[in-house]
Amino acid sequence: MSALTERIDAAKAEGRVALVGYLPVGYPDVPTSLAAMRVLVEAGCDIVEVGPAYSDPLLDGPVIQHAAAVALEGGVKVDDAFTAVRTVAEAGAVPVVMAYGNLMYARGWKRFAADLKAAGGAGAITPDLTPDAAPEWVEAARAADIDTIFLVAPSTTRERMQLTCDASRGFVYATPLMGVTGERASVGDAAERVVGAAREAGAARVCIGVGVSTGVQAAEVAQYADGVIVGTAFVRALGDEGDLERLRAKVEELAAGVRGEA
Amino acid sequence: MTGSLQSAPGPFFGDFGGRFVPEALMAALDELTDAYDKARVDPAFGDELERLARDYTGRPSIITEVPRFAAHAGGARVFLKREDLNHSGSHKINNVLGQALLTKRIGKQRVIAETGAGQHGVATATAAALMDLECVIYMGEEDTERQALNVARMRLLGAEVIPVATGTRTLRDAINEAFRDWVANVETTNYVFGTAAGPHPFPAMVRDFQRVISVESREQMLALGGLPDAVLACVGGGSNAIGSFDAYLDDTDVRLIGCEAAGDGVETGRHAATLTGGRPGILHGSKSFILQDEDGQTQPSHSISAGLDYPGVGPEHTWLSSIGRAEYWPITDAEAMDAFRLLTRTEGIMPAIESAHALAGAIKLGEELGPDATLLVTLSGRGDKDVEQAARWFDMFPGEDA
Repeated sequence: MSALTERIDAAKAEGRVALVGYLPVGYPDVPTSLAAMRVLVEAGCDIVEVGPAYSDPLLDGPVIQHAAAVALEGGVKVDDAFTAVRTVAEAGAVPVVMAYGNLMYARGWKRFAADLKAAGGAGAITPDLTPDAAPEWVEAARAADIDTIFLVAPSTTRERMQLTCDASRGFVYATPLMGVTGERASVGDAAERVVGAAREAGAARVCIGVGVSTGVQAAEVAQYADGVIVGTAFVRALGDEGDLERLRAKVEELAAGVRGEA
Repeated sequence: MTGSLQSAPGPFFGDFGGRFVPEALMAALDELTDAYDKARVDPAFGDELERLARDYTGRPSIITEVPRFAAHAGGARVFLKREDLNHSGSHKINNVLGQALLTKRIGKQRVIAETGAGQHGVATATAAALMDLECVIYMGEEDTERQALNVARMRLLGAEVIPVATGTRTLRDAINEAFRDWVANVETTNYVFGTAAGPHPFPAMVRDFQRVISVESREQMLALGGLPDAVLACVGGGSNAIGSFDAYLDDTDVRLIGCEAAGDGVETGRHAATLTGGRPGILHGSKSFILQDEDGQTQPSHSISAGLDYPGVGPEHTWLSSIGRAEYWPITDAEAMDAFRLLTRTEGIMPAIESAHALAGAIKLGEELGPDATLLVTLSGRGDKDVEQAARWFDMFPGEDA
């Protein structure tokens, strides 16, 4: 068991799925982003994905790209992500990071894992690292007791699904639609298929990311997944103005969705 | 190590290379690797590629000795491998025809590509027209401005050109956007990658398609009297350079010199000399040297040449540098432009600004080695696309003060 699995299971025991919220650190500035992460926790996120801003986020759509660019122009550092992890932990949710590979490699796999653990982090999602590409990371994370959360997609073969689910800890991050992060009108049947494939490969906990932006969608996903991951919709609600109340309202809408109240 | 260094298969070249991409692309890269592994040993594929090289590209490309230019390079003998004479104007067509044929074999109907100077975009649009493929080209907005003529060429060829306005608005952002397109459309689309970088199989595959440059030039030089003392080529991602080097890798007496873009000078920080000023990192799907800050954020690169304006470099070059088999020299904007003018004025051959970096390297090496040396320079592309920029650099537009 880990902090992540316990929190997902606790949500299940309440008859709902976990709500996972993503925000980039430093958007629109570092203090506001830290306040925004506290809002995520207060308004109902069980798990918060802290995103260290990266210069070349090739799995992100326009909204998160923009946020990362604003954060980097504002001088955000990877160190700030560990501050954000601490903030989330103190606010009472389980923090993970969603980090592109070069930010981890530049710091050193072991040091990244150790710094994340020291800040109270439970795991790391790696959008551009698959388990076979990064054995050094898996080893460093295991040694530091950090959960390795890998992505699976509709294009994932059966063989790769097995490999990825075997290497994942905490939960498996399923992207139901082909494409980068962003909002979609419909999540559709593909979500259920990719979750099903992950379960067949033995994944005990599967969360759905990419495309979920409304309470209704969250309620739909809650019928077959163990958690719902929301990023773009929260980043958009926060906006360049750093509107914490608009963000709070959006988080509350999604939190109601995972309870089936939407 | 006693084996040949030629045609290293990847995915790793020493510690560099690999495949660092989202899971969503892994199946497509496996499919591409598999298709390529089959194609490379299939005589029908080889024959078709050879036929296209001969009847469409115009291969073999000739070797031209340039004595009037060489008089300014320490009196060494200087030969040019004329990739500028290829159909569509650069070495890029060698790679693109191979990858377009492969796209047909996989059964996909749509290709995407990134482009910096526009050479790879033009080559891809050309191959797409020839082979009836839908074609979308991503190009940094800044590059669409400095290479407007190539944007028009691609559109005339029937391609859709999408200016990329994010980030530094150059090649690196065009690659990011092309990858995003590929993630979303991988079932119908093949990514025709333009340089010997990116995730496996691209570095090895692009090198194989460009290898024809050195295979031809090695025979041509032997027929002219012997192997050169050095082979020089410009390096952005490094596809013409790796193609120019590969057949010589086991000729230990032949120096291999890649000329990187030093922009305003490496010491100013405004440059694109990745192997001179970078350190190991992961960018665009492989581990290689990159220009980055302490945190691992990619640093903006700078070069007068859009085709070399890239903060990464192909992993095989990083490996060849690490084992000392190839050297990588920084060449400033000013040095490249001087060489551009010199070749144009002394020989009536206008090089691409990219290729002018290799010419500048040859001037330096010729001065070092003197009249006994024989140098082979790959002229990777022609300068037609650069006329406006060169005219501005040399204040040659009518009405402008000199």
